[in-house]
Amino acid sequence: MRNVIIIGSGPAGWTAAVYAARAELKPLLFEGPEPGGQLTTTTEIENFPGFPKGILGTELMAQMREQAARFGTEIISENVTALDLTARPFRVQAGGQDYETKTVIISTGATARRLGLESEKQLYGKGVSACATCDGFFFKGKKVIVVGGGDSAMEEANFLTRFADKVTLIHRRDAFRASKIMQERTFKNPKIEVIWNTAVEEILGVAAGHVTGVKLKDMLTGEMSELPIDGVFSAIGHVPNTELFKHSLELDEKGYIKTVPGTPRTSIPGVFAAGDVQDPHYRQAVTAAGSGCAAAIEAERYLRD
Amino acid sequence: MEHTFTDQNFQAEVLGSPIPVLVDFWAVWCGPCRVMAQVIEELAHEIAPEKLKIGKLNVDENPTSAGSYSVMSIPTFLIFKDGKVADQIVGAMSKSAFKDKLEKYI
Repeated sequence: MRNVIIIGSGPAGWTAAVYAARAELKPLLFEGPEPGGQLTTTTEIENFPGFPKGILGTELMAQMREQAARFGTEIISENVTALDLTARPFRVQAGGQDYETKTVIISTGATARRLGLESEKQLYGKGVSACATCDGFFFKGKKVIVVGGGDSAMEEANFLTRFADKVTLIHRRDAFRASKIMQERTFKNPKIEVIWNTAVEEILGVAAGHVTGVKLKDMLTGEMSELPIDGVFSAIGHVPNTELFKHSLELDEKGYIKTVPGTPRTSIPGVFAAGDVQDPHYRQAVTAAGSGCAAAIEAERYLRD
Repeated sequence: MEHTFTDQNFQAEVLGSPIPVLVDFWAVWCGPCRVMAQVIEELAHEIAPEKLKIGKLNVDENPTSAGSYSVMSIPTFLIFKDGKVADQIVGAMSKSAFKDKLEKYI
């Protein structure tokens, strides 16, 4: 029987593990389908305190992992496939094995939203990319689009101009919601062009076996057009990874785990949530880490009482 | 044991192999590739070397091989059988999920 099982390996999970391990709770952490989480697909992180020169997302996550391991976190590189929170001890299933635990910390994060097109699925890895930092290299001298209007979209578009000849930002509205600094960087970049009030209707190239263009729809006039390009990147928000918990925990209307305001407590005592999986507002590495710490402290108190 | 494939040895080591070969296309700047490097290393120790040959190919240093198989996203894993691509896996995943995808070759 375990004291604490932590599900997920982003900043929330690792911070919870560091705190729980230092409290001698011998935490067990499942890394899940995307070890290290969303930070492993970002470029340099410039806003995590303590790293004035910035740090690579992968490097930050590797260091957090090492720190959690140093204090005795048991780390298993598996996906949790089922869990039963209706009876105590709670039961967690992963890699074909069953684990019993007194408390659970859920830090499964969120996953980048996809456009949701059939052609997007078929062309994934063939010009459709989920990771600009990984795949920008393959678009040297080519033309790509980035769909979205937030900070992530600006960041990806600017990053991709290192490789691509031309980056076109496609946005559904007539203004970006990105921060001022990121918008300025974007408008100043001579390789970036913006197409406003436009949505991607289809990705072309299924027959060719690689992306050849996109079909666009003008949101104001309904007019359709085609844009020949080689790569498709998107940054259109996130979906919380709560599929496993939707029948057992209270979720909000967008699917995020509901917590008692100001705490990591979920609708089941002994089950805590931290990081993006319960945070539709901030979704930052540092806020995730903070809530991971809170979850570990709450778990410790729960076990003691 | 884990092999290192290059543009130079690709013909002999991969295409000419009598047994199936798993090639991990990766690069240093790719976070998910680093995550999968660990998985690949472990699998290379667990899977019998006479069943499946496992190795890595750095796309930055070996652009010809990556280009000729139209690798446009990493990590990409190609499984070669008799010199031809038998399977393609794109993206990072857990070790157990990855092993499931290799099941028919091991």
